[in-house]
Amino acid sequence: MEILVLVKRVPATDSQIKIAADGKSYDAQGVEFVLNPYDEFAVEEALKTKEARGGTVTVMTLGTSAAQKDLRTCLAMGADKAILLTCEDHPDSAAVASVLAEKSKELAPDLIFCGKQAVDDDAGQVGPRVATLLGFACATDVNSLEIGDDTFAATRDIEGGRETIEGKLPAVITCQKGLNEPRYPNLKGIMAAKKKPLDEAAATPPDNKVEVVALEPPAERPAPSILGEGAAAVTTLIDKLQNEAKVL
Amino acid sequence: MSNDVLVFVEQQDGQIKKASFEALAAGRETAGNLSGAVSAAIVGAGIRNLATQAAQHGATKVFVAESDVLAAHSGDGCARAIAACAEQSGAGTVLFAHTAMGKDLAPRVAQLLDGACTTDATQLSVVDGVLQASKPVFAGKAIKQLRPNAAHYCVTLRPNAFAASEAPAAGEVVNVAAPDGDLLAIVKEISAASVNHVPLQEASVVVSAGRGLKGPEHWTLLEQLVEAFGPGVAAMGASRAVVDAGWRPHSEQVGQTGKVVAPMLYIAVGISGAIQHLAGMVTSKFIVAINKDPQAPIFKVANYGIVGDAFEVLPALTEAIRTTRQ
Repeated sequence: MEILVLVKRVPATDSQIKIAADGKSYDAQGVEFVLNPYDEFAVEEALKTKEARGGTVTVMTLGTSAAQKDLRTCLAMGADKAILLTCEDHPDSAAVASVLAEKSKELAPDLIFCGKQAVDDDAGQVGPRVATLLGFACATDVNSLEIGDDTFAATRDIEGGRETIEGKLPAVITCQKGLNEPRYPNLKGIMAAKKKPLDEAAATPPDNKVEVVALEPPAERPAPSILGEGAAAVTTLIDKLQNEAKVL
Repeated sequence: MSNDVLVFVEQQDGQIKKASFEALAAGRETAGNLSGAVSAAIVGAGIRNLATQAAQHGATKVFVAESDVLAAHSGDGCARAIAACAEQSGAGTVLFAHTAMGKDLAPRVAQLLDGACTTDATQLSVVDGVLQASKPVFAGKAIKQLRPNAAHYCVTLRPNAFAASEAPAAGEVVNVAAPDGDLLAIVKEISAASVNHVPLQEASVVVSAGRGLKGPEHWTLLEQLVEAFGPGVAAMGASRAVVDAGWRPHSEQVGQTGKVVAPMLYIAVGISGAIQHLAGMVTSKFIVAINKDPQAPIFKVANYGIVGDAFEVLPALTEAIRTTRQ
């Protein structure tokens, strides 16, 4: 089975985000970058699928050459090879999907895994866009998965319940927390990763479909008000909720 | 880009979802600001009767792609049907509710239309005749404002971030040919979480608890508070700490790696307010925090705070809410 994992290098979730001078981007100075946490579930699921059904796991990203580090992490977890498509611009979801889908065609994958969203833009678009471009089936935000010979059954949370989607391979699966427990690379894996192929090629993404007008700090919440201590403060709270907030 | 707006309308058990009514209201306002018209798109089998509800909420036309082939939901089939509605309606903007279904469909529809897409928008505005969407990024640590550079713009709207309202319109039904060809994937099975359960992301009140409740056996205190609000109002949430500890299921987790909610009222009980939790609830209209540590970061985002022990405050609050509801 040819398995492809699409990953992204993102600021760690506990990073402080400082708006850059242009008012449209963030200042990457001093920010720690990591493999997108949801992509860890994607890599793990790819490895589990390979262990169960055989095949090859390729990880691929579009980014700067700094992403070599994150691809090596994936190789250390157990992926067989990595592809780094380099560009210095800031491609949007549509542009990233276009580049990744085009390169995917060369690999003719049976399965493509990616995180349900990257924790920088929180967009969740690349997976379903790639599926649409390739004419693949797609299931998003998956937290339980079964792979058959040429079918899949994916379960996901929906409002007030769960649903199971059945479809044909090839497919794109976007991975949600709960799908698995990503493994940590061990020393042997880290050593082996150094010898695994990591191909780098320059990419030319198409024009962005969305234009960033501004990146701003979130609206300040109103000044908090501590109403008091213990159960005695409940009466004041109810009064505020009824007469000030008018939510009761 | 056309100034007309198309709103994809989701239904459940023959009723249009609240989040879709919100999208219709947002679509109406956007169309007004663009000097365009708003229509609705309804897709599936046996869904024609929903057109009346959509018209009641302002749809001047209702594009209906009806087919038995779509009796079970199919992401790829439904996306193709919505794209067909968009093409037939000539709309430039296509709005969705940011639900499990909406966020799955919007990027696919955008791709089919070779268009732009922004997910989880919390605000829409029209600047110089172009729709501009604001959305939280970096788990809410910043807000990005985006505008399309394409003939189509698909936008999903965060539930509860826009107000629904009625505004009766003609709602002229226009039939759209449902897509033919094989479906790549379909929904085979749906299991409801529980009876009378209000979906976390749609609830107008969310009551969440964390480590401060000390153990899973104490969650009945929280359930009682949820019930005190009356049927169909409140839903229960949890912090990551208690989900990781196995006290509560991941489906209840509010936060960056769980669900993002924006209810009218969010009550955090015994939750310290780690940044990853705040990311999931900071856009709530009103936030109440109950925590025994006055330094807990949750108080920084709360409109109202009570410093105190959850076991003392929670029963008193439940009793007081019950009284207001009588």
